[in-house]
Amino acid sequence: MLVRAGRFRLYAAVTEGSFRRYATYRMATAAGVFTNTVFGLILAYTYLALWDERPGLGGYDQSQALTYVWLGQALLTVMALMGGGFEGELIERIRTGDIAVDLYRPADLQLWWLAADVGRAAFQLLGRGIVPMVFGALVFDLTLPPDVLGWLAFLVAAVLGVLVSFAIRFLVALSAFWLMDGAGVTQVAMLAGTFFSGMLLPLNVFPGALGEFARALPWSALLQMPADVFLGERSGTALLRTYAFQLGWAAALLTVGRLLQAVATRRVVVQGG
Amino acid sequence: MSPVREGLRAYRLISAMWIRSLMAYRVSFAMTALGNFAVTAFDFVAILLMFSQVDRLGGYSLAEIAFLYGASCTAFGLADLALGSMDRLGRRVRDGTLDTLLVRPAPVLAQVAADRFGLHRIGRLAQGTLVLTYALVVLDIDWTPPKVLMVPLMLLCGAGIFAAVFVGGAAFQFVAQDAAEVQNAFTYGGTTLLQYPPTVFAKDLVRGVTFVLPLAFVNWLPALYVLGRPYPLDLPSWVAFTPPLVAAALLALAGVVWRAGLRSYRSTGS
Repeated sequence: MLVRAGRFRLYAAVTEGSFRRYATYRMATAAGVFTNTVFGLILAYTYLALWDERPGLGGYDQSQALTYVWLGQALLTVMALMGGGFEGELIERIRTGDIAVDLYRPADLQLWWLAADVGRAAFQLLGRGIVPMVFGALVFDLTLPPDVLGWLAFLVAAVLGVLVSFAIRFLVALSAFWLMDGAGVTQVAMLAGTFFSGMLLPLNVFPGALGEFARALPWSALLQMPADVFLGERSGTALLRTYAFQLGWAAALLTVGRLLQAVATRRVVVQGG
Repeated sequence: MSPVREGLRAYRLISAMWIRSLMAYRVSFAMTALGNFAVTAFDFVAILLMFSQVDRLGGYSLAEIAFLYGASCTAFGLADLALGSMDRLGRRVRDGTLDTLLVRPAPVLAQVAADRFGLHRIGRLAQGTLVLTYALVVLDIDWTPPKVLMVPLMLLCGAGIFAAVFVGGAAFQFVAQDAAEVQNAFTYGGTTLLQYPPTVFAKDLVRGVTFVLPLAFVNWLPALYVLGRPYPLDLPSWVAFTPPLVAAALLALAGVVWRAGLRSYRSTGS
């Protein structure tokens, strides 16, 4: 029991350290907020034109569509949709062999990086999510959750989204054990992340089979689902189904990550670091 | 030798060195170029998906938007190919490696621009050219000599305008070392904005990119002349021919700002 509490404290410290680390770069955060706001503005007008032409497209009214744009900007770095999370660092450690040092630590590799990524995501949500969202709400008529429960429901969906996002990027990073160079996989993951998360266009606007396919992939748990929960499109059993979908993908991908980690670390021993 | 010729010579030599180094790993080069192509292609896929639901956007057809998109993307691709490394300046200021460039007998701007010259950025340029070609094939335009001439002119001047934005943004990083993303808002944000017709955006935003940061001269005004569409803000018809002046003025301004930034540079010292 004591060991367990100690472990928890360790990971909590990693999370806090990671949060602080990102909080240090104030100028970069301000610059990022500015860029998210500019892109939000441009996208919001294109969505307005699209929903002017086809009111109710994808089941959203105009206000919901605009809210979706600003949610996308707020969650872009939280979910690391275009990369920029821990994976670059982990790939570098695998490539240089520093990973051998990490494996000697009395901490689990996957949990360690998850703890760090949670700290990063928490900072990005506060540091880069709130200001663009407030700006969007001042300029446009946005649809916000009606009560505290609505906000809580969104927060749970966002946390589950971070979990899925981490699980995907952990797999991307582990591929470096076999490929030694993570550039190609990172790029493919970034492409899939922006396209299938609904960052370019909400997945419920995708036509026919492509839409169904996209909505079944894990990336839909990163933006489309938290956004739908925020917009009040999923309540009651639909909300539970959403959480189950997110949890299912998180569990499946984290398990694969565990298995791969076990195989990969055995490789390190074979290679001698 | 004049400073401009000296700069171009240094730029050519340094970029040739980086191209040689890139070509040492040809497969890796091909993959990054393809990746660069795919990243930007998804922007157009998003537009195609929009047009799977509608026939017009802001009153414009898919072919017309493809023309705007292709022109903006190609002009930006040219500037990005030539100067896309400029956003690394902030890092060089922070870690002090800019000092190395200061002591070399070549203009600093040329060295920063050619640093890690990324030929793989040709992927973005190829994507823009492809969409532009598609638009030119599909569009039904009453070609006249000035309209024909306007297409290459628009791409060159557009590249010049974006080049000025790149240099100005880099100069800003002398002051705000950690703010490379601000530059992204104007470069990547600018080219995204210009991919859509001006009728989509609020009047004030259009005014801003016409009179404050004149991005409208990259493609909106010349392209709308070619398409025979009304200009935004009821501008007179001759403004379509002013991009060379705007590009020259902006480049001169960027040069002044760059020199001021460089003069304000204080090394990290350690």
